[in-house]
Amino acid sequence: MDISSFYGFLGTDTTDFILRMIIMVAKIAVVIVIALLHVAYSTWFERKIIGHMQIRLGPMRVGYHGLLQPFADFVKLFFKEDIIPSSGDRPVFQLAPMIALFATISSLAVIPFFNDFVIAKNMNVGLLYLFAMSSLSAYGIILAGWSSNSKYAFLGGLRSSAQVISYEIALALSLVGIMVLSGSLNLVEIIEAQQKHWYGMYVVVQFPAYILFLICAFAETNRTPFDLPEAESELVAGYFVEYSGMRFSLFFMAEYIAMIIMSCIAVTCFWGGWTLPPVVMKALPFLAVVPGLVWFLLKVYCHLFLFYWVRATVPRFRYDHLMSLGWKVLIPLALANIVITSIVKFLF
Amino acid sequence: MLKKKELSINMGPQHPATHGVLRLVLELDGETVVKCTPHVGYLHRGTEKLGENRTYPMALPLTDRLDYVSSMSNNIGYCVAVERLLGIEAPARAKYIRTIMAELTRIANHIVWIATHALDIGAMTVFLYSMRDREWILDLYEMVCGARLTVTYPRIGGVRCDIDQEFMDSCYKFIEDFPKRIEEYETLIDQNRIWLQRTVGVGIISAADAINWGLTGPTLRGSGVAYDVRKAAPYDAYDQIDFEVPVGKNCDVYDRYRCRMDEFRQSISIIKQCLDKMPDGLVLASEAPPYDMPIGKPRVMPGHPMGEILPGELVEEKVPFDELYSATEVPKGELGFYFVNDGTARPYRMRIRAPSFVHASVLPKLCEGSLVADVIANIGTIDIVLGECDR
Repeated sequence: MDISSFYGFLGTDTTDFILRMIIMVAKIAVVIVIALLHVAYSTWFERKIIGHMQIRLGPMRVGYHGLLQPFADFVKLFFKEDIIPSSGDRPVFQLAPMIALFATISSLAVIPFFNDFVIAKNMNVGLLYLFAMSSLSAYGIILAGWSSNSKYAFLGGLRSSAQVISYEIALALSLVGIMVLSGSLNLVEIIEAQQKHWYGMYVVVQFPAYILFLICAFAETNRTPFDLPEAESELVAGYFVEYSGMRFSLFFMAEYIAMIIMSCIAVTCFWGGWTLPPVVMKALPFLAVVPGLVWFLLKVYCHLFLFYWVRATVPRFRYDHLMSLGWKVLIPLALANIVITSIVKFLF
Repeated sequence: MLKKKELSINMGPQHPATHGVLRLVLELDGETVVKCTPHVGYLHRGTEKLGENRTYPMALPLTDRLDYVSSMSNNIGYCVAVERLLGIEAPARAKYIRTIMAELTRIANHIVWIATHALDIGAMTVFLYSMRDREWILDLYEMVCGARLTVTYPRIGGVRCDIDQEFMDSCYKFIEDFPKRIEEYETLIDQNRIWLQRTVGVGIISAADAINWGLTGPTLRGSGVAYDVRKAAPYDAYDQIDFEVPVGKNCDVYDRYRCRMDEFRQSISIIKQCLDKMPDGLVLASEAPPYDMPIGKPRVMPGHPMGEILPGELVEEKVPFDELYSATEVPKGELGFYFVNDGTARPYRMRIRAPSFVHASVLPKLCEGSLVADVIANIGTIDIVLGECDR
């Protein structure tokens, strides 16, 4: 991390420092509240979308078209008995969901939502930080699986650790092309670098990397078709099988925030974040009145929709296929992408 | 937990993928299954014993509860067996109606099978698509007999009530529209790469092994053995109907899946032929036993807690002293009824050869050496229902 920028943030003046601190805390609060609301409504969104894809209605009872369903779920989970297995490792069992949620929520710090709205604006290792945090959340899963002292949870934890480690590599490698092109790890600078081109979105030039990233993102967030750690029909619920009530919902929230964050990364790195491509802005200048946040959210929602769509469509991978896909296909492809991108960048 | 290399894990009896209350004790080395031991009996209701204490017509509703997703086929299997025992011949119209019902049930059963099998492998949408279509068949059941799940529609010597034109029309509509639904399922999974990876080359059992293990139905035919009771020992109207028996080639989960998908189409063709050829006439044989069939002479049961002699009315002897094995092709395989009769209206011994029970026994053969995920695929592919397995 760039130390000078860190001190620059602290400022020299005490009043200034306190003011900045208050603004910072307010920003964090706003982001977390909005993120949690998004979690709540992305569950509703998912249930509705999958419901309609599966010729049923999804939640309909609580509120208009089930709009209050997330709150009903929250109330239910919150008041449920918190069961801790007597033979489990109590402190670790309690710690695991917190790690999982903490690590995913912290990732929000570097996501640029619109123009200047980033919590850690000058984080020049933004992408690296994201990878670090998503790796950390794997600890939550592994520890949950281990501390439950249940064989199903244990198998789920093992599967998850293997999966996260394999796909983390491919995930990071798929974004190296972006780093090469933009010359930065800072997410704001990545977006600014995309604006320099007429197409304004790296997905145009890095399409294979985008596909790789999406596949890895599905695996990282344990979503179908890579939902092996929680494979319902095999491991019942996988690593969180022993969790109930609020602790369960922490894992649940972590999974959905991870999904939102993966969508945010895809939008930021490949779809130009809150911006529209210059060529579009030139052709349709009136679009400038629409705030950047709208574009950002729209792009994120499209990605979330993709997550749900895939869930409703495909079966689940088998463990060995998952591993061979990760190591034998995705990682070599990601490496090839890096080499090609670097050569092209060097030549032109 | 980790003292030994193998982790022994209890899959079931409460597990979403064991299709009821099957319990498998798996010894795992990592993700590989070293040993698989099926335990059955969690749904044991003593159906065979109950059958011994009821007259033949009274025991009919018990068969609904064997394989509760294809109750009509069980009823028919039982009725055919008792008819053979008592020497009753059902009228032609009843035979055609029963054939239609059996094939509708085959479709309904395969729908539940594809739904759960696909759900186990992770394709969730197929489940809901196919459950929607099963509803259609249950509505047809309801139209003809008022019940949807445990129908008890066939009777010994025919069927309980006649079908009307409305049912015929609905049935025509069904066989016209349903092939599109089969294509819908196939669109979702048939050529899906993940589905192929999960099913091709998984759960291989050679034709010789399949016969030695006593497999029947599509589970056997997936291994390339064209054995079908409907062809081998025709009952009802099957000898007057033209149909094919789809067989597989590669003996794996995918071929068994293909077999059943082809059976959908064969069943539709059978229903169509039956509807076209439907003869007029009675639906119940005149010599069919009444619901309150007299029990017959008292039964001597040495050492029975209720006394040495069980009560019974003395009536003229109608039921022959005989024993008989009768098999029918239910959707899951060969459902056999073996009766030993002592001259009363109750079987002295009723033995049910349930395909699910036989199929459950082959699980270790299919699963050992494969991965945990394949256990799920294998449970799905043998298509068991524990109500029938445990009886």
